[in-house]
Amino acid sequence: MSRADLRRRLYRGMYRIRHAEEEIARIYPSDKIKSPVHLSVGQESASVGVCEALRPGDVVFGTYRGHALYLAKGGDIRAMIAELYGKATGCAGGKGGSMHLVDPDAGVMGCSAVVATTIPHAVGYAYAAKLRGEDTAVAVFFGDGAVEEGVFHESLNFAALHKLPVLFVCENNLYAIHTHQRDRQPLGAIYEYGAIYDIPGRCIEDGDVFELHDAAVTALTALREGKGPRLIETRVYRWKEHVGPNDELGPPHRPAAEAQEWVDRDQLAALAELLDEGERAAVEEEAEREIRDAIEFAEASPFPDMKALYTDILGS
Amino acid sequence: MGDEMPREATYSDAILEATTHAMETDPSVIVCGIGVPDPSGIYGTTIGLQERFGVGRVFDTPLSEDAMTGIAIGAAMAGLHPIHVHLRMDFVLLAMNQLINVAAKCRYMYGGRVTVPLVVRAIIGRSWGQGPQHSQALHSLFTHVPGIRVVAPTTPFDAKGMLATALRSQDPVVFVEHRMLHGQRGHVPAEDYTVPFGQARLLTEGDHVTIVGVSHMVLECLRARRHLLDVGIAAEVIDPVSLSPLDIGAIAESTRKTRRLLIVDHAWVGSGLSAEILAQVVETLDGEEGIRYRRVGFAPTPCPTTRVLEDAFYPNPASIAEAAHTLVNGSDTSWSPTGETSPEIEEFRGPF
Repeated sequence: MSRADLRRRLYRGMYRIRHAEEEIARIYPSDKIKSPVHLSVGQESASVGVCEALRPGDVVFGTYRGHALYLAKGGDIRAMIAELYGKATGCAGGKGGSMHLVDPDAGVMGCSAVVATTIPHAVGYAYAAKLRGEDTAVAVFFGDGAVEEGVFHESLNFAALHKLPVLFVCENNLYAIHTHQRDRQPLGAIYEYGAIYDIPGRCIEDGDVFELHDAAVTALTALREGKGPRLIETRVYRWKEHVGPNDELGPPHRPAAEAQEWVDRDQLAALAELLDEGERAAVEEEAEREIRDAIEFAEASPFPDMKALYTDILGS
Repeated sequence: MGDEMPREATYSDAILEATTHAMETDPSVIVCGIGVPDPSGIYGTTIGLQERFGVGRVFDTPLSEDAMTGIAIGAAMAGLHPIHVHLRMDFVLLAMNQLINVAAKCRYMYGGRVTVPLVVRAIIGRSWGQGPQHSQALHSLFTHVPGIRVVAPTTPFDAKGMLATALRSQDPVVFVEHRMLHGQRGHVPAEDYTVPFGQARLLTEGDHVTIVGVSHMVLECLRARRHLLDVGIAAEVIDPVSLSPLDIGAIAESTRKTRRLLIVDHAWVGSGLSAEILAQVVETLDGEEGIRYRRVGFAPTPCPTTRVLEDAFYPNPASIAEAAHTLVNGSDTSWSPTGETSPEIEEFRGPF
């Protein structure tokens, strides 16, 4: 892929997420979306930078802040918005909501509302792929809080032991709800945990989407060659509150100067500068049309039949 | 004459046979857990599997119950059918997030698009000083939660058939074993067969009292039944086999007939499976008068290690028979049987 193509693809991916999240935030006060939303505005580069390096057959696992990953990996956008609306046409028929997005057809195997919970799923999925001799790569996305859970370390240990094709991606947005990383962790460098388990770690200090994409390409090449898992930490900034539609770019929860610094280096704005006007407008128009269509689809869709309460608990 | 003798095998052999057959016929089946390839092979239940099926399908794990459960779940999502073995059910507590928040929820919260075919073998310990953290029977934690099946086969026949069923199911199944059952011998057909979920087994017929036993307590209930015959009481002993779903119809029908129901759980009584069975039977037989009920289980204490206290912690054939006798004859009669022993407990030698 040419650099120009990559720029356009990255911009498309990030703009689509930014616009979708802003539309969700706009609709949210209407109470049509009765599902807690954890928005990724400001963090789009993490999902898009990595997913643009994945193949369609690759698989991802995510978190309750999962809209960006779902869209970046190619999840059905209509089914996502419908899921937020609690409609029968949602990706989980309305029974999962914003925190449990899933689209196996696109390789989005699931998102969990419990921090760090999907990390071992990625490792197990990769174990199965390796056992069957498939060249599927698995990427798992988690936040900075997840590395404080024991299961993160247990998962790295097993993945390294079996040299599994897993890419661990830490979206470090510095805050667990309102608690800064420095108040939770003695070490600031999450990527350095990799070395303990003989997993090469890499940090993208400012969330630069090109740097991240290149790091992902390198990591995926290595792990597809059987060289074992890789860990990438990318530092990003969440512009919205932990959960909900409102901005949180300053006091009382964060220093205004810190927030401003991250807004000033917004990856989406920087990318926009690199595209010519016509190309940019075309990408934006297409994304806006797609999102408008998804919202109309969700609004027009029916709620689940009451019988759905009792379906899909167990198999036959 | 050999043709007429039913084939016998131990409970351990039965599990190994079901596992071996599944691994031969279904390449998705894998076995993992701490100590699985060990020469002692989880009390004989996994012996030789790694040599036969390779290190990819049969493997030891780091001491990471939480992640290993998640890894088994991830492998199941990818189409494998893992059997994850825990030497003690107590260790499963380290995996509760994955089992309750994920395995039991995936099918539902992902709208039926993701399934978790997973068998979790959890072994309840007893005897030789297992103590408070190597003896717990926590099946009620799982029967409380929709989305996960719980089975506790007691006979070698049911162990083999139920494991075969679990390995054909696309659901997470907690497969409860008891350390005192592994050496039990019984009829086990050589061929592959299944035992259905949600179907209790009527072990003996009787008119005077229905006794429901869970896991190893089934053996103790059968011994109690022999005591009771000495005083003219015929007990109908039922083994639920499948704890969730539960065959409440079979238990209620028997209770309707005998008018007496004694539930002997291999667990604490409070908020446990015995409470659930009792509640469901009472609801099922609502309006019927003159039925008496009683529950028996562990003493409401942690399990003590020293044998003299441990013996008092568990129900035994005599205490079960006394409880049944009281149910039948009223509480003003006193009767205390002697004679029946439990050889699997008496003869067990450790260390575990």
